[in-house]
Amino acid sequence: MSAADPSQVFLEEAADLLVQLEENLLGLEQAPDDRDLLDAAFRALHTLKGSGAMFGFEAMAGFTHHLENAFDQVRKGQIPLTSALVGVALEAKDHIRGLIESPDEADAGLGDRLLAKVAELVGQASGTQGAAAAPPDEAPKGPATWRIRFRLAQDAMTRGTNPLLLLDELRALGRCTVVALADEVPPLEEIDPAACHVGWDVVLTTEHPRSAIEDVFIFVLDEMALDIEPVEPEPQKLGDILVSRGDVERQAAEAAALRQEKLGTLLVKDGAISEDTLRSALAEQSHLRAESENRKAAPASQAAQSAGSIRVPAERLDSLMDQVGELVIAQARLKQLIAAGDIVAIKSIAEEIERLSSGLRDTTMSIRMVPIGSLFGRFRRLVRDLSQELGKDVQLSMSGEETELDKTVIERLNDPLVHIVRNSLDHGIEPAEARGRSGKPPQGHIHLSASHSGAQVRITITDDGRGLDRERIRAKAEEQGLVAPGTKLADAELLQLIFHPGFSTAKTVTSVSGRGVGMDVVKRAIDGLRGTIEVASEPGCGTTITLSLPLTLAIIDGLLVRVGKGRYVIPLAAVEECVELPADEDLRHSGRNFLNIRDDLVPFLRLRELFASTLPADTYQKVVIVSTGERRVGLVVDQVIGDHQTVIKSLSKLHAEVENFSGATILGDGSVALILDVGHLVSYGQTLDQHRQAS
Amino acid sequence: MTAANDNLSFEALTLGLQGEIFALDANMVREILDVIPITEVPGAKPFVGGLINVRGRVVPLVDLRVKFEMDRPPPTADTRIVVVEIDIAGEPTIVGLLADKVYEVTTISGASIEETPDIGMQWRPEFIKGIGKRGKDFIIIPDIARIFTAA
Repeated sequence: MSAADPSQVFLEEAADLLVQLEENLLGLEQAPDDRDLLDAAFRALHTLKGSGAMFGFEAMAGFTHHLENAFDQVRKGQIPLTSALVGVALEAKDHIRGLIESPDEADAGLGDRLLAKVAELVGQASGTQGAAAAPPDEAPKGPATWRIRFRLAQDAMTRGTNPLLLLDELRALGRCTVVALADEVPPLEEIDPAACHVGWDVVLTTEHPRSAIEDVFIFVLDEMALDIEPVEPEPQKLGDILVSRGDVERQAAEAAALRQEKLGTLLVKDGAISEDTLRSALAEQSHLRAESENRKAAPASQAAQSAGSIRVPAERLDSLMDQVGELVIAQARLKQLIAAGDIVAIKSIAEEIERLSSGLRDTTMSIRMVPIGSLFGRFRRLVRDLSQELGKDVQLSMSGEETELDKTVIERLNDPLVHIVRNSLDHGIEPAEARGRSGKPPQGHIHLSASHSGAQVRITITDDGRGLDRERIRAKAEEQGLVAPGTKLADAELLQLIFHPGFSTAKTVTSVSGRGVGMDVVKRAIDGLRGTIEVASEPGCGTTITLSLPLTLAIIDGLLVRVGKGRYVIPLAAVEECVELPADEDLRHSGRNFLNIRDDLVPFLRLRELFASTLPADTYQKVVIVSTGERRVGLVVDQVIGDHQTVIKSLSKLHAEVENFSGATILGDGSVALILDVGHLVSYGQTLDQHRQAS
Repeated sequence: MTAANDNLSFEALTLGLQGEIFALDANMVREILDVIPITEVPGAKPFVGGLINVRGRVVPLVDLRVKFEMDRPPPTADTRIVVVEIDIAGEPTIVGLLADKVYEVTTISGASIEETPDIGMQWRPEFIKGIGKRGKDFIIIPDIARIFTAA
């Protein structure tokens, strides 16, 4: 089957819907009265049932139908939403997933048990017969035509409502005639450009029930005027339309009709209606006329669905990225060749190509960007289930879900994050009694947050648990021979010990964690993403783990520098500034390697020494100041060559032990240049700084 | 140890390293390049001290002479880079092998292969699968997999 296999599309859609359903249910557990969440959950169930049946997932559709019924009753206020019901619904959601992914292996007994539970809960609550009651009559008998008149609150747009999207949603429901009502628009000098002065008359012919139309306005319903009325799709006289719309009194219409002119023109002349109202009524008339003709003719083919987003197989994106990468390299070579020559015409073409390829690069990258909320969302369920399993009451909060990261990074971030969150729940958060003893609220708290910081994304996982036990870490490390007894360790160094393979301070092994396989795997995964991981912990107050990750794994802007005869790339996003190495600092060899940058002492590393370059140094060496977050270090180079679009090629396993480089790239002349691992160099430089402060 | 089981003939690329002839299984060889610009990797072991660009891929350049404790004079007109695909920790990896000279593709007959003698050899025996004979020349069959795992 090709990629266009419709049931494949359904599977992908269903997966999305299930994730959304789970989020809604978890949200409802926190806020059972949230109408929007309830409606969203109901819609997800409804769509699952509908498309499932369409693609032959009969068992799933049948099962979902009962669940949908239960939620419909909740929606109608017939039964309250209890946490027991949400719990069953979550289990049922998992069962639905099973029914979709492997319909033949699904446990029918489980489904029946779940349905019985739902029926019991619904029955209890409503006091009437169980959920097996007749399903509400959802299916409309055929297309109906509706007249919808709506006017948004004036400040609706400033609150993020986009009326055009509402209209698009209506258009997606069926054939639509839209007329804007501009009669309330004030004169130009009085207009507030941010306010919404326009109202709309919409005539819609749709298969969907009235509730579907109402659902379009579900988020703005409270702050708007909305009238929805059914109309008969028969050709009507303009006068009748105007009267039935309440735009004009019948007497006025009849009086006007007696005169031998066009009715609409007359009414406008009489001041009975405005021109907009007339235009709208005329539009309705022609819509109805067309609709009635449509009915007589063969059923019109369905209007093409409006496409705001499309699904693309991930491998196509990967191959697009590869090709853009090669294009960028080729472009860099072209640029270098042309810089040597002197043909103006070709130069301008080269500049054009440079602009295009960098635009193409940025667009391609942005296609691959996914908000991290899609990953964070999974943790609600994890925390919920795990806290029940461990008998701890833990609340999960999150911020910065909209922060975007390359999809590959997001995918590879899942396992490490799961591990960290599990650890926090299991080891970090104390049982309720212990929390009470130390004066904390009984409910534990875990916070996930994401934010941009330069070319990096910082993800923090904070818990308010007992914090890391430094004594125990040290004891364990000494026991395992990782540090000699009595060695002085900086706090950060001590905490980093938890990332050693086989290191676990848990006294007991639970099903959740404590087997000593864990934090080292996390560290390796983060290293593999060219990220860094830091731990901060306050005994008794909690632990914060901070991950710093690059935005993308594929292409970066780089600064090309020369050290000795080797050329190296420094990620441009990490570069703060370039300064000349003062001659007097240079002379103070191996003494104090610090530079005064606007009254800040910045440690610097001589890359010539680090890379054991044998060539004599340039007379005027430069210092490239790089940073990760708050921490800075200077890198002394012989020459700053210029910017370079860098396609990152990872190093093979043969170079796994080389720490100063995060990858390599191919330069314009075809030779290979190494990419400096700024994170590593900065922490190396900072250890120099710590020694300085210690001494 | 292994030679008894390996008594099969195979197509081999023969190359010279400091006067000795080595045979690589021809199936792993992808191409043979003249010497191209080599980028040194500061801090890497001399065995994998460089990187090269092979058709847009960044490929580690391996100097087998390090493993056999040979002298390492700079490249000459005869020097070639043999690009091979080998398995490193379960991942197929493209690697360039530096060769002082490349001879030919030839058949090494299984009957001519002898087990590695335990004595009379200055090299680590685990790096060598066997010694083949062709005419009066000895041909060393290195155990590439072992050489790359014993880092």
